[in-house]
Amino acid sequence: MSAHPHSHAGHDHGHGHDHGHDAPHSTRGGYITGFLLSVVLTAIPFGIVMGGWIADTRVAVAICAALAMVQIVVHMIYFLHMNSKSEQGWTLMALVFTIIIIVIALAGSLWVMYNMNLNMMPGMASGAGM
Amino acid sequence: MSATTVPKGKTPVFYQLEEEHHEPGGSTLLGFWMYLMSDCLIFAMLFAAWGVYGTSYAGGPTSHELFELPLVAVNTAMLLFSSITYGFAMIAMQEQRKGAVQAWLLLTALFGAAFLGIELYEFSNLIHEGAGPWRSAFLSSFFTLVGTHGLHVTFGLIWLFTLMVQIGRKGLIPANVRRLQCLSLFWHFLDVIWIGVFTFVYLFGAMR
Repeated sequence: MSAHPHSHAGHDHGHGHDHGHDAPHSTRGGYITGFLLSVVLTAIPFGIVMGGWIADTRVAVAICAALAMVQIVVHMIYFLHMNSKSEQGWTLMALVFTIIIIVIALAGSLWVMYNMNLNMMPGMASGAGM
Repeated sequence: MSATTVPKGKTPVFYQLEEEHHEPGGSTLLGFWMYLMSDCLIFAMLFAAWGVYGTSYAGGPTSHELFELPLVAVNTAMLLFSSITYGFAMIAMQEQRKGAVQAWLLLTALFGAAFLGIELYEFSNLIHEGAGPWRSAFLSSFFTLVGTHGLHVTFGLIWLFTLMVQIGRKGLIPANVRRLQCLSLFWHFLDVIWIGVFTFVYLFGAMR
């Protein structure tokens, strides 16, 4: 982008010594690419579920989940301008840490509660019967 | 982060220098990213609750009966359009076109408002059908997760209008550029959360 000379004159906004890469350089092409990819990645799962393209529910669930993951990455790159250099890599560090916590919390909750349900239901059923 | 430039324990001088060197808000974007990550954890917990309670219908209506996917598809399109229009606002900002920035922000706000309107319509429909958040654990977790996202969009809308007024009064000054960049992160972040919502809540719920 060519519209940055004002940043260097007078005040050094956004281009200070330790923040050389924090101003994301957005381009029309980048946003349009991200948008078109998102439209495709949104349309396919809706088509799968609403149109019943795939008979096997488990396969449909797996494909939809995979497409959602891909679309999240697309948004991260094209809309949120994530890269390994912004803020000297600290944004990416924070993101990786967050993803680890999310995986632990989600997998842990589902695993623990699923097992608890498995172990509780027969007991409760027999208790209700007695 | 300033520890890298400390010379030899001359702390008072060092702080003085840093005051002059550091433009105000120089680390705002990183701090805002940290906020978004913690917000992400809130949503992760709500998704976990949905994952656990999503099938606890308590004998009431099921997600397969309740969810209207065409409405959700329109809603998703609204949010996606608002993302690209915000992107164009950022590009207009880079090109120093104040009027264009405000026009794109207004368009973004209209798409955001349409999204909210459709969501509220859906919520009121559900409540009129007797499927309010009190009906079952499934509906409690559904309303909490989707409602929290809607609340974020509401605050995003307030922020959009606030920023339009600020830009109208002061122009594209560095402070407003910084605010636009923060709101850009916030708005696109909400779209990322919505990907999870429409996939794991609506599409998976409709397949059950």
